[in-house]
Amino acid sequence: MREFLEETGRKTRTVVEISGQIGLMLSQALMWIFVPPYKWRNIIKQMEFVGVQSVFVVVLTGSFTGMVLALQSFEALKRFGAESMVAPTVALSVARELGPVLTGLMVAGRAGSAMATELATMRVTEQIDALTTMAINPTRYLITPRILAGILMLPILTIIADFVGIIGGYVIGVKMLGINSGVYIARTVDYLTFGDIMDGLIKSAVFGLILTLSACYYGFYATGGAEGVGKAATRSMVLGCVLILASDYVMTSMMY
Amino acid sequence: MIKIKDLKKSFNGKRVLDGVNLEIDKGKITVIIGRSGEGKSVLIKHIIGLLKPDSGQVLLEGEDLTKLDESEWNKTRRRFGMLFQGAALFDSMTVAGNVGFPLREHTNLDYKDILETVKDKLKRVGLVGVENMMPADLSGGMKKRVGLARAIIMDPEIVLFDEPTTGLDPIMSDSIADLMLDTQEQLKTTYIAITHDILLTYKIADKIAMLHNGKIIEEGGSKDIKETKNPVVRQFIEGNAEGPIRVY
Repeated sequence: MREFLEETGRKTRTVVEISGQIGLMLSQALMWIFVPPYKWRNIIKQMEFVGVQSVFVVVLTGSFTGMVLALQSFEALKRFGAESMVAPTVALSVARELGPVLTGLMVAGRAGSAMATELATMRVTEQIDALTTMAINPTRYLITPRILAGILMLPILTIIADFVGIIGGYVIGVKMLGINSGVYIARTVDYLTFGDIMDGLIKSAVFGLILTLSACYYGFYATGGAEGVGKAATRSMVLGCVLILASDYVMTSMMY
Repeated sequence: MIKIKDLKKSFNGKRVLDGVNLEIDKGKITVIIGRSGEGKSVLIKHIIGLLKPDSGQVLLEGEDLTKLDESEWNKTRRRFGMLFQGAALFDSMTVAGNVGFPLREHTNLDYKDILETVKDKLKRVGLVGVENMMPADLSGGMKKRVGLARAIIMDPEIVLFDEPTTGLDPIMSDSIADLMLDTQEQLKTTYIAITHDILLTYKIADKIAMLHNGKIIEEGGSKDIKETKNPVVRQFIEGNAEGPIRVY
């Protein structure tokens, strides 16, 4: 019993410590956003890394998701004679939920883990200490641009995922399942509102913050050489994905 | 120039520095020797503010560095340069990018002027035509040289060296020692090095201090250390497995 309580206490303390460090890192990183001179070169480099380099994987994910959604929903809706409702089913599912969530998860896997690895390598090879000794604030130089890039680029990637997802659904619905093209487009336009898209984009900005913050935290505080670098990448990925899904539930319950 | 007074630091209950007292003279080379794991890196990290002590003082011309906040440190750190054990070059930047980095961040010099200064410093450390190379393409000795060029690019008053010859062959170690002597002579900078390389120590040191069990147990010139009667220091400088220092 005593061992159980001690273990629980230790784990609770670890969770509180990690939460505190993440909160502190976030507050410092956000503060530096408003302090000139701005590190535009760093910010643009990170936006390119998080955003532009993720376009291909997001297009693949988005299009296949739209396509499979069309197939699945067609089978279900056919039983009620409501085949044309495939269009809004695909559009709403993608815009509200799957676009932002899958984009967040894919970017966490591609950019988040790479970010954590890069920062962890910098930590264990003393490059972060080197920055400090050169009187350069590592949070400002390394963390702020990454978090900013996540917040700014995830909504853009989500718009792309939404677009190709809807197109994917259209291609399958119209070309393969035989739904009338005009009906498909009209149903999509009728049901999909600007608010649906905006809610998805707000979610994606939060996911961008979560995945970059998770990557920065585990990378920045990595210890223990090559093993520590590997652990940082894995932990950042796991925490990022779990928090994306958990926060998605919270935001969805608040929005709808 | 720098006075370290009764500096103490523990990690997870283990006392690493147990009341270090040391004076570092301006414009001289002070070498701190000691076995691996004795806390030499911890000591040097206190001097440049990478670690905060549990107690004690690090005085730079009378100012207690342990009391500085982060913004004050950022001003004070411009008086320092540091060469890390693995050089700590930024992987994503070229040699010129690495060496010129502090100038780019802290001055309004244009690209051309920065490149000129970079070339000048690289020449001082014996490197020519390497500006566009990436750190991954450099040998260990070249990395140390580039690291030194970066450490002195802002013409600091004090340069810290963390194991400057670790991982290098004896010839390259000797060339790094020559380089340290040359650059120190040219710039009249205060150099503080930590090492367990005795040959390097004898060659470059104006003053040697030995750290053992968290304290400075002996200090003096090369001659004093060579002639010391302290059995711990003797065992270390002679490299004997037998003696008062137990080998685990």
